[in-house]
Amino acid sequence: MSATADIDAILGSRWERAENLIPVLQDIQSRFHYLPEAALRAVAQRFRVPLPQVFHVATFYNCFSLEPRGRHHVQVCLGTACHVRGGQRILDKVLRELNLPASGTTADFEFTVEPVRCLGCCALAPVMRVDQRTYGQLQQSRVPKVLKGYRKPALATA
Amino acid sequence: MRAPPTRIANLTDLLHAAARGRKTLVPKYPKILVGMASCGLAAGADEVYEAIQEEIARLQLPYVVASTGCVGWCSQEPLVDVCLPHKPRITYGRMDPHKARQLVQGLRDGQLKSEWAIGLLTGHDEPVARTRTRYSKLSAHVDGVPRYEDLDLFRHQVRLVTRNCGVIDPASLDEYIARSGYFALHWALTAMRPEEIIKEVVGSGLRGRGGAGFPTGKKWEVMRRQPATPKYIICNADEGDPGAYMDRAVLEGDPHTVLEGMTIGAYAMGASEGVIYVREEYPLAVKRMLEAIAQAESAGLLGDNIFHSGFNFRIRVVRGAGAFVCGEETALIASVEGRVGEPRQRPPYPAQSGLGGKPTCINNVETWANIPVIVMRGGDWYARMGTKSSKGTKVFCLVGAIKNPTLIEVPMGITLRQIVYEIGGGVPQGRKFKAIQTGGPSGGCIPESMLDLEVDYESLTQAGAIMGSGGMIVMDSSTCMVDIARYFLTFLADESCGKCFSCRKGLQRMRQIVTRITEGRGSEADLELIEDLGWMVRETSLCGLGQTAPNPVLSTLRYFRDEYLAHVREKRCPAKVCKELITYRIEPTLCDGCGACVRVCTSAAILGEKKKTHTIDNARCIKCGSCLEVCQAQAVIVE
Repeated sequence: MSATADIDAILGSRWERAENLIPVLQDIQSRFHYLPEAALRAVAQRFRVPLPQVFHVATFYNCFSLEPRGRHHVQVCLGTACHVRGGQRILDKVLRELNLPASGTTADFEFTVEPVRCLGCCALAPVMRVDQRTYGQLQQSRVPKVLKGYRKPALATA
Repeated sequence: MRAPPTRIANLTDLLHAAARGRKTLVPKYPKILVGMASCGLAAGADEVYEAIQEEIARLQLPYVVASTGCVGWCSQEPLVDVCLPHKPRITYGRMDPHKARQLVQGLRDGQLKSEWAIGLLTGHDEPVARTRTRYSKLSAHVDGVPRYEDLDLFRHQVRLVTRNCGVIDPASLDEYIARSGYFALHWALTAMRPEEIIKEVVGSGLRGRGGAGFPTGKKWEVMRRQPATPKYIICNADEGDPGAYMDRAVLEGDPHTVLEGMTIGAYAMGASEGVIYVREEYPLAVKRMLEAIAQAESAGLLGDNIFHSGFNFRIRVVRGAGAFVCGEETALIASVEGRVGEPRQRPPYPAQSGLGGKPTCINNVETWANIPVIVMRGGDWYARMGTKSSKGTKVFCLVGAIKNPTLIEVPMGITLRQIVYEIGGGVPQGRKFKAIQTGGPSGGCIPESMLDLEVDYESLTQAGAIMGSGGMIVMDSSTCMVDIARYFLTFLADESCGKCFSCRKGLQRMRQIVTRITEGRGSEADLELIEDLGWMVRETSLCGLGQTAPNPVLSTLRYFRDEYLAHVREKRCPAKVCKELITYRIEPTLCDGCGACVRVCTSAAILGEKKKTHTIDNARCIKCGSCLEVCQAQAVIVE
């Protein structure tokens, strides 16, 4: 199915109500892992709102990304409990492991690393989530092992 | 497979459903329960669940495995409960797939594996109907395993909001009804007038559990009086405060109590539509609520003519999109309407003009979950608990530098000392307690000298913190209070929606100044400057985010000024946290030359041969702390 057809399917008849703007963008985000420019234009057109308004919403909320994201989404929790228990060190370790200078996406589009406010598993701090799976009571030494499980098989053995 | 739900339209139907629920809640066959809330899953509960399921199938045993929510014993996750007919329910902590298989084999051979057991339960109190779900008539008697009611963790607790969390299968409507669920709704719709319900809520003294503590009954009265229709009610489940997860626990562990509370509220206020606004970081909570709404709809507990009363009510779920400010009610409404979450001037309050310009009542998850209990037991009963100004119970998440991180529900008025030392077991690793942070980014840090404070809305505000949603993060001597101030300022500067100049720019400037201090480039004049800026941001911002944003800085300055002074005068971080002010070295008398640090060092800064003392090259060291983590001899010293 083409990307345009996907966006049409996601839009359905939901453009009739302005309140559906955020849910539609959320669905586009989870389909493409980011909000492509073409999708934002299509959404603005169907919802009959100016493009800057859609852009405003898309850049205001943390769950949206205008840049393509990697295959795996790594969220390192920097909530207060995780901060107190060394969450920042875990984030730094993840970035070093993936050769990233700062939060963002690896060159091979395998991983996107982002800090997250709080995953609500504070008793297991420090915590990180990779895709749907949450890892608790992390130590820096465990990070490489966790990431290894998500690397492409060829790279994992290298 | 679960049988298709039957319609529940009157008291007889409810009683039938309760009887069905009791069959699985207190079954005549052995049942093994696994705590499968988000935190349990993060600790590996799904693997434990699968292991038990496989083992039961392999041994062809007539046992049933089921999932439940979070009982709050977070330090012991993953938790497994074994319910044998007419026997006390036994809780096992820190399970793994291997232990789980052995547990099943043990049960087959009549062994209870009491060495892994951490608690015994003869029953669960059922506060709505003032009864008890009883597992065993006998008092506990499994060798050496303590009873829940004797454990410090549970001794102080009164569980109203969390009454079903960790007790029922959250996916089972019948089990919720077996715990007197929806009886309060039936009573409210068939025997009470809306005004009477509001009178009970006013009489209960219940105040908003989202943080600000506005009297719930008063809000409802204003809503009731509005002539405009339709009216909306919203459940605020945008639990943004880091360190607080009680709303998640309730949504995941007992979704129907939120629906029941909202439906009673809607009837009392004359609302016809409800919205649950859940933050998107909680995918399991979203799933549970959607499931529960579908169940309630097909049972007729949501929809048209509920309990033949002529009252119609529907609820939908809206997922948040990751913006802390959307916990503020006017920003939340803007977000539900599909716009950016920017707060607006009040009045008009949402109760007068909210969603789509119509009267809207917003309450937090915990507030709604209290309603069924208050309606059934009466406002007077509820108001007997708590302090003069703050009634009832409050759920707290006790995390951070604490021996037993936990989710608890205690009566208001309990002291912080009881919470930290009796329930939480104090600070681990022989470190010294430094502060307890309450109220999230809007709250403050309370020092040791104020631990005898009785917890209620007013006392915490006086101490420079706030109640907030109930997150409590304990900090010990390894936490730098200036770094904490910098942490919260970074959080708030990022999350400020940007509408008010004072909040947007003021917080950025404060962050810059405090960061400067943590890097050893600050001066004493900076301390006055951040106090001035803090005052300005508080007085000139529109919404609660800006008005309370300076609290973390101002409270740490108030109680831990000496730490700030050490940073600015001596360029020293007493807690040894601020990277620019510390160095790592290896103590030669302790180092046994094992080489573990050399292997983990990311910047190749550790020199030395195996079996000989190592040294750290400070020019290369990036202070990542990896060596500190692996050194068994504790020879890595931070100065």
